[in-house]
Amino acid sequence: MGDGAPAAAGAPDPAAALFELDDVSLVKGTTVVLDHVTTSLPASGVTVVVGASGAGKSSLLRCCNRLEAPTSGTIRFRGHDLATLDPLAHRRRVAMVFQAPVPFPGTVLDNLRAVTPDLSTDAAAGLLRRVGLDPARLDRSADSLSGGEAQRMVVARALTTAPEVLLADEATSALDATATTRLEELARSLADDGMPVLWVTHDLHQVRRIADHLVVMLAGRVCWSGSPEDPAGDTAIAQALAERTDRGEGA
Amino acid sequence: MSGDVIGWGGLAASLLFVALALVLTGRQGLGLERPIGVAVARSLVQMAVVGTALVPIVDPDTPLWWSWAWVLAIVAFASITTARRAPAVPGLVWVAAAANGLVGATGLAVIFGLGIFDLSGRTLVPVAGMIIGNSMKAAVVGATRMVESVADHRLEVEAGLALGMTPRLASERLLRSTLRTAISPQVEQTAALGIVFLPGAMTGLILAGADPLDAVRTQLALMYVILAGVVIGATTTAVGTLARLTTADARILPLERTA
Repeated sequence: MGDGAPAAAGAPDPAAALFELDDVSLVKGTTVVLDHVTTSLPASGVTVVVGASGAGKSSLLRCCNRLEAPTSGTIRFRGHDLATLDPLAHRRRVAMVFQAPVPFPGTVLDNLRAVTPDLSTDAAAGLLRRVGLDPARLDRSADSLSGGEAQRMVVARALTTAPEVLLADEATSALDATATTRLEELARSLADDGMPVLWVTHDLHQVRRIADHLVVMLAGRVCWSGSPEDPAGDTAIAQALAERTDRGEGA
Repeated sequence: MSGDVIGWGGLAASLLFVALALVLTGRQGLGLERPIGVAVARSLVQMAVVGTALVPIVDPDTPLWWSWAWVLAIVAFASITTARRAPAVPGLVWVAAAANGLVGATGLAVIFGLGIFDLSGRTLVPVAGMIIGNSMKAAVVGATRMVESVADHRLEVEAGLALGMTPRLASERLLRSTLRTAISPQVEQTAALGIVFLPGAMTGLILAGADPLDAVRTQLALMYVILAGVVIGATTTAVGTLARLTTADARILPLERTA
């Protein structure tokens, strides 16, 4: 558990569930990507979804942001069925960053104003400071940022809609060790400030560093979930990562 | 006039040039030999049929609705052709039909409504063919480029969608680039008109002995309508294609990446 995390962080209290998945399946073509997943993701701390490539963890996250719609089953966000929520409004509440940062054309400020055209320069500078970037970068071309800087800018861009949760899909897999550490610190600090983070990874060491709560996926199913302190979790992770699943899902 | 009309021997000679093109594409390994062969064979058959069928239709004694039926067939054929070029897009044939129908309706309204030509079977069918044929080319580019762009830049589109953008806004850059690609050739062609090439209608009129100035006026009116038709056709098709690639809950359909 992270330093200074609130005592409640990671406690899987059903009443405080952020996302509840109820018998969720996702089938793409003939591939079963998610196979009757039933689980609950807590509304605080850093929840790490871990599994081998192709285990379905990215798809799980994409379903939470409604970039995918489950073939069957129900996903609830704070008790509301996702299928009944306006997808555009929902995505603003549920920010998502991807494996590779995708800067939009233009300056860093243009990027931060992509969905919030009225964002003031001061507010934009504040967001850059929040993610550990120098506000002097606002006028720089977004393409000139390094990979780690670009990924943090993308987090800042995601924060412009004042989301309630951050979904990170293998967000450090394209970054070097230093940039990875800084992004992990950012996720920890957002979670400590009250914004729950769902973090997808296949990196066991990263699980150790940042997880408050653990969800282990294997072949489209959640095979274990609980506290990262629980030794049973280690066994589940070892088993899940050893499984060389290749089920055709984009990692 | 006899020297102006190409005989069967002349037609065969032009095919020798196609043979040269086949040698070129074969050496480059483009794999286009078969499509070129099919295109040449199809055009031969189609033109023979059309030439024969057109004779009674453009006859002044034939009721005009036969010509209108022919125009509808042009729209249908152009739409099916467009849809077949981008099979990944569900229902594209209806998008293309809307685009070609819109271009045909507005183009013919201008040409005949403003009295540029007198409305008759002899004018209606060729003019409709020219307008819709050109807009079809732009529609094919608009549809195929739009699908390719979205498939190849899916990350960019989804990065925007994940922020709560509408699919249209998240694809704005791709749409613009698609439209530039689809429309630019016709703009270039219009700009080079008269200098680089003398287009068909004008060539035909001059060959048939018309006053070159009359021929120029006719050709210009047609070119302007064609240019506008290309813009309308490309825009309608590209925007429609994008809409067809998007689900009601603002997701992008699964698409194969292009090679």
